Amino acid sequence: MTTNEIKLTKKDFTSDREVRWCPGCGDYAILATVQSLLADVGARPEKTVFVSGIGCSSRFPYYMDTYGFHTIHGRAPTVATGLAITRPDLDIWIVTGDGDGLSIGGNHLMHTLRRNVNLNILLFNNEIYGLTKGQYSPTSPLGSVHKSTPMGSLDRPVNPVSLALGAEATYVARSIDTDRQHLSGVLRGAYEHRGTSFVEIYQNCNIFNDGAFDALREKGQKEHNQIRLVPGEPITFGPEGERAVIAEPDGSMRIVSTEEAGDRVVVHDPTRPASTTAFALSRLAPSPTGPTPIGVFRSVDRPVYDDELRKQVAAARERYGEGDLVELLEGGNVWDVF
Amino acid sequence: MSDTSTAERERIQLSSAVVRFAGDSGDGMQLTGDRFTTQTALAGNDLATLPDFPAEIRAPAGTLAGVSSFQLHFSDQDIHTPGDAPDVLVAMNPAALQKHLSALKPGGLVIVNTDAFTERNLHKAGYESSPLDDGTMTDYQLHEVPITGLTLRALERHIEEGALNKKEAERCKNMLALGLVSWMYSRPIAETEEWLEDKFASKPELADANVTALRAGWNYGNTTEAFAFTYEVKAAKLAPGRYRNITGNQAMAYGLIAASVRSGLPLFYGSYPITPASDILHELAKLKHFGVATYQAEDEIAAMGSVIGAAFGGHLAVTASSGPGIALKAEAMGLAMITELPMVVIDVQRGGPSTGLPTKTEQSDLFQLLYGRNGEAPIPVIAASSPADCFDTALEAARIALTYRTPVALLSDGYLANSAEPWRLPAVDELPALSEAFAFTTEPNLEDGGFAPYLRDQDTLARPWALPGTPGLEHRLGGIEKEEGSGHISYDPANHDAQTRMRYARLDRIGAQLPPLEVVDPSGEADVLVVGWGSTKGPLQAACHELRSRGRKVARVHLRHLAPLHPELPELLASYRVVVCPENNMGQLAMLLRARTLVDVRSYNRVTGQPFASTELVAAIERIGWGEQA
Repeated sequence: MTTNEIKLTKKDFTSDREVRWCPGCGDYAILATVQSLLADVGARPEKTVFVSGIGCSSRFPYYMDTYGFHTIHGRAPTVATGLAITRPDLDIWIVTGDGDGLSIGGNHLMHTLRRNVNLNILLFNNEIYGLTKGQYSPTSPLGSVHKSTPMGSLDRPVNPVSLALGAEATYVARSIDTDRQHLSGVLRGAYEHRGTSFVEIYQNCNIFNDGAFDALREKGQKEHNQIRLVPGEPITFGPEGERAVIAEPDGSMRIVSTEEAGDRVVVHDPTRPASTTAFALSRLAPSPTGPTPIGVFRSVDRPVYDDELRKQVAAARERYGEGDLVELLEGGNVWDVF
Repeated sequence: MSDTSTAERERIQLSSAVVRFAGDSGDGMQLTGDRFTTQTALAGNDLATLPDFPAEIRAPAGTLAGVSSFQLHFSDQDIHTPGDAPDVLVAMNPAALQKHLSALKPGGLVIVNTDAFTERNLHKAGYESSPLDDGTMTDYQLHEVPITGLTLRALERHIEEGALNKKEAERCKNMLALGLVSWMYSRPIAETEEWLEDKFASKPELADANVTALRAGWNYGNTTEAFAFTYEVKAAKLAPGRYRNITGNQAMAYGLIAASVRSGLPLFYGSYPITPASDILHELAKLKHFGVATYQAEDEIAAMGSVIGAAFGGHLAVTASSGPGIALKAEAMGLAMITELPMVVIDVQRGGPSTGLPTKTEQSDLFQLLYGRNGEAPIPVIAASSPADCFDTALEAARIALTYRTPVALLSDGYLANSAEPWRLPAVDELPALSEAFAFTTEPNLEDGGFAPYLRDQDTLARPWALPGTPGLEHRLGGIEKEEGSGHISYDPANHDAQTRMRYARLDRIGAQLPPLEVVDPSGEADVLVVGWGSTKGPLQAACHELRSRGRKVARVHLRHLAPLHPELPELLASYRVVVCPENNMGQLAMLLRARTLVDVRSYNRVTGQPFASTELVAAIERIGWGEQA
């Protein structure tokens, strides 16, 4: 048995650093789920790299006993892309937040998704800037009253899943910090997907924005509001499955009673080549305060940027042979002086 | 048309000549200059070139803004500059004449394309009357050649046979001009013919038309009696070896490839397009068979981030930009510095500030590279001094980066990037053995089997380079201050002070391990020292040569390393009566030298977007060095 075959546990992915998130922060639950998942899927600590930007979530790499890079605000995808291009042997995870990933780093996020670099992006969405102590973020609801917006925020929030689908991401999912089983499932899918995986995780900030996702996290509410997307299954929800999602003639989706839906219930298929249906599903919930889809919205195969880049290098070597420095330098018009 | 029976002209031997081609942006002047340069190189001359073009791809035709030019200085001697004033100006239209006539030597020779001297074009160029007959040209040797008409006549058959239309035929006029100037300077055109046939291999009718125009130009010179003389510049006595012509950007790309080959590390080049650095990306993108990964990022910041990631992954990581792009990279460069990963950041400087003068040269980013980051963030800064020197400087940047585990800033500029010179090819196996500069760490470095990513080598102060994928060495890097040794986050006041000092100490260590400074002082008695850096080397060399021929005892030192400064500099500078520092900026190196050496370094500055002329430097150095005595 080689070392590669020794079964690892959660502990093997846990660093000796003291975790310093606020007590009660949703990040703890996500950390524990990720550590367990990596052990379960047979990942190797030395082949795993966590890259983050700036913000509470971006402290994540310090708590993982893997390779890690706590970069600068918004730029994790750029560092991760350079690493992914040069090192196809690594599993690279980006941990970012709604401020880091969607505001200061929004540009990089879009380009990483469209390129389909082989990376997994975990976006912890808490609808608030935590590390800078409570300003509204790009996902805060319109009219949010926080320190920098005493009379309410004026800009319309972005829906991270819609944005990812708009950028033609190949794996797009949403889950909830404390729903260990569900989160594990979509993260496993992300791990197994080749190309960029994008997972939005609703994460409660109990200090500056407590309860933002209660509709989806709390007993008594979540049963009514979680629309669990299951491939191949009709999209119904509610304690008794009494509500359903149907498609309107204009392509949008609507929630109706299962009775009213009849045989018009949308059957979930994340592998549809066109992202239209997934996008319509992402627009179903204006904010996570009511019925909201969670699960895998889209999972399709498309050429992976870094694979294709390496293929070009290999093709050039095939065509021209290994580069020869002497030949290169003498490649122009040369003349000899005696 | 190849009438060989015409009378032999008198052939005048020259030691050197300066020719400038000028025309509309769409007239193909850069290509004409490139071809004349190659022909000249193959004739064995030493040479230096100065391309000068507008930032607009196609400024309105016929306007002053749209004039593009290419100057070539060639000689039977060792030369260092593209020449101050041209001997010959080829002006393809009135705007080109208007813009460049004043640069010409008194009595210089001007060839104008009379067909372009229409009323409309004269007006666009700001002429109220035609300079060809209002006395403007009295002091010059004017040759009025209907270049467009001659081209059309030479290509009559091609047009009749439908091989190309009139407009396409007209576009061959630059080749007619090239043929004529080639004849004047006894330059063989066979190589250009081959080049044209190769370039237009898929369009043989265009190849044939261009070759026909080229020959027509040659034959025009040979058969008309307008030109009384031809000129010859014999081959220069260059050091023995194999030569080629090379531009700075091309040499930079080749230097990076050489660094990759000599280090055994695959090259990762991440960049965002920007003038005048993009040609490095274009060049490297063609060389994938050397294992080069070229990545065109979404912006300058992403390019910088990608090289940090690639360096973490164990590749030779390089990015290049120009001033505005470097400004955007600044925060990430700080991250690269504190994570102590080896990489090279090239700044092909251009006129600033802001968008500035994108296609013009300047040396004004020195301070940006030295100090343009938040906090105390010292990184090594080095500069290339000639087009061919870009090759060696790229290798030196890689050597410092790999040896000391640090980002290194490499300064080039628009002049070096685009101008060309003959380059004696180095022996590849004598290039620095960069593979000896580093080793990846593969084993724990603590007695208890643990790994401390900031435990330093006591000689170089470099930290271990342990790559992801190495079992047992898992560690976390980041932008937060590090605890010495363990690399853990540390807010300890004494640790931060010590780490800051260590980062400066590492820079000093690089300086302490440099070879001695080279001071050029043939007399050994100089009491005036000229200090320069970057692309001013050629003009400074030429100026000091001229000053010495006038009996001035002047010494010259040219700095490749700007950070750290060479430790011998304070003593060296203090040993001269006067120290002069000419720069294409407002005195950045001079200020640094004054601060570091307490010597009263005197500046000479000009920021016109053009390299120094050696004559102005002669005057400036003479005035500053001896003016008070005279």
